[in-house]
Amino acid sequence: MAGFSIIEGPAVALPQDNIDTDQLIPARFMSVPRKDGYGPYLLHDLRFDSAGAPRALMPLNHHVDAEILVTRRNFGSGSSREAAVYALVDFGIKAVIALSFGDIFASNAVNNGLLPARVSEDRIEDLIGRLGDGKAPMTVDLQACEIRIGNEVIPFDLDPIWRLKLLNGWDDIDMTASHGPAIAMFRAARAEQAPYAMLDAMAGEAK
Amino acid sequence: MTANSRTLFDKVWDAHEVLQREDGASLLWVDRHLVHEGSHHAFAKLAERRLPVAEPALTIGVVDHYAPTRERDRIADPDIARMIRTLEENTARHGIRCFGMRDPRQGIVHVMGPEQGLTLPGLLINCGDSHTSTHGAFGALAFGIGATEVAHVLATQTIWQKRPKTMRITVTGQLGPAVSAKDLALFWIARLGADGARGHAIEYAGPVVENMSMEGRMTLCNLSIEGGARCGMVAPDDVTFTYIEGRPFAPKAKDWNRAVADWRALASDADAIFDSEITLDGAEIAPTVTWGTSPEEALPITANLPDPAELDRARADQVRAAMEYMGLVPGQRIQGTPVDQVFIGSCTNGRIEDLRLAAAVLSGRKAKVPGLVSPGSALVKAQAEREGLDRIFTDAGLEWVASGCSMCVGMNGDLVGAGKRCASSTNRNFKGRQGRGARTHLMSPAMVAAAAVTGTLTDVRPLLDGRV
Ligand code: SF4
Repeated sequence: MAGFSIIEGPAVALPQDNIDTDQLIPARFMSVPRKDGYGPYLLHDLRFDSAGAPRALMPLNHHVDAEILVTRRNFGSGSSREAAVYALVDFGIKAVIALSFGDIFASNAVNNGLLPARVSEDRIEDLIGRLGDGKAPMTVDLQACEIRIGNEVIPFDLDPIWRLKLLNGWDDIDMTASHGPAIAMFRAARAEQAPYAMLDAMAGEAK
Repeated sequence: MTANSRTLFDKVWDAHEVLQREDGASLLWVDRHLVHEGSHHAFAKLAERRLPVAEPALTIGVVDHYAPTRERDRIADPDIARMIRTLEENTARHGIRCFGMRDPRQGIVHVMGPEQGLTLPGLLINCGDSHTSTHGAFGALAFGIGATEVAHVLATQTIWQKRPKTMRITVTGQLGPAVSAKDLALFWIARLGADGARGHAIEYAGPVVENMSMEGRMTLCNLSIEGGARCGMVAPDDVTFTYIEGRPFAPKAKDWNRAVADWRALASDADAIFDSEITLDGAEIAPTVTWGTSPEEALPITANLPDPAELDRARADQVRAAMEYMGLVPGQRIQGTPVDQVFIGSCTNGRIEDLRLAAAVLSGRKAKVPGLVSPGSALVKAQAEREGLDRIFTDAGLEWVASGCSMCVGMNGDLVGAGKRCASSTNRNFKGRQGRGARTHLMSPAMVAAAAVTGTLTDVRPLLDGRV
């Protein structure tokens, strides 16, 4: 995964609280292998009616080039399904700006190079008012932790650990590999101090 | 506070910290890693990198999300069959123990783990499922993770985490008759919001929690995630040890005594400081139901629905949208709302105690609407059948089926129809959660049984009077 410091693209608003991961990707699409792409399933039941026709009131149906999503409180709450992030990323979304995020979602987002930026409530409402059901060019600057739209500059919050990870495109498995010896030592100590924490392959099986 | 007084959470976290990076992230050792069908993405990532599973013995697989609850021998849907087969193949390839479709121990991962004694106090438990918080009922540090993180745990048996803040929810007094852990959970989530505990590890404490069974504590910890928490925990005590002793994977003999001695130390120090303290009065809590499309949209069964005309604009929009989806009228009484069907099951309320309570309401009565009862595990099913509970459900007219996630998420095909209203003992009333256009009301299993008997959302208290 490559790192980045600037996202420049069209922003679109989804003025709702609690857009959960069941809405981001309904469960019935989750057996699809990732390589087939999850973009078509993003917010599927909000975007399409039960006959499969696109809903007129859904901004994402008019602005399929959207790269930045502005939304309200508790975005990505619920199920830990990383497929919710795959759907956003495969659709072309690079950053989500919200009042707050579900913790697991935010962590999944960062692991896939999607920026979860937190902005204060009045600024969110301001952006939502400004975007309406249209779109506007926006710049999200990860170095400066700020959003620029028109002449306005809006600061955003992001965990510093996640900021570094996104800037550098770090991969956790690679990073952990260098700690192999520390992990091995820890394991030995754990087995000593808390033997019940270990299991051998045959433990618990009826003899 | 003395310099080293710590919370329960701190103690378990500290015991798992392999190292801390300069940026503050901690690398934590994982004692138990539970995987299910949804872990296919993670196994695919591992395969891409040609990495082995670091600790196959500490990894446990179980079929639950896609498990058919009927005709298990012939799975008609090829996608479902493939999801189950993929898990069974992936676990077999890596030498991972897997409770597959034909295993008598099969069940929902968060029911099976405790039942088998895989869940123990002081352990760090991960699973690619948000309700992993359930296992915190034993004083374990248990939290859900995403697919990339599952791949990381498979490859390294560790996880990078930033230390969350701590919150203690103390419940004083006593719960009223027919008021359960589910009502308590919905009550606090309604009060603090679905993101009220975001970024926090919760410890549940106080007399109400101390007097709760393990089943109740599991329900409570399970729903922590619906209030946005990273995890929920209860300090282990004799109730915990009695539950665990003798379970297949629990320590035995000398090991058992040593373990219990260690576990007794797993309590927050008297002067430990929490980032946030909430106190609730158990007596204030009534049987609670959700009316909207987020678990925070919950009210006592005796209340009236909110009226958007009395709310600020952003909130009013939200309430209006939820009511429209749910087909409800602002300001009307919740009680008496007709339901189309009921569901009893899930990792929240599919345990034996839940089934006993629902059966106490249903015994000798008929359900006015159709419904499904899916025990949380094959062992819960067998136990319930030994107690004759299955007969009570079927005599009432409900369907008694095999165990799995079933209608909680509908991946196995057990779905609520579009526009249909379901009284459900599950955990999420999100739009479309139980099926496209499905209208879910969350409540305790006893309240679901009451809804079955009357065909409406109703107060279970008079129906349970004199029965428990
Ligand atoms: S029962 Fe429902 S919430 Fe629990 S693990 Fe299964 S799908 Fe998830």
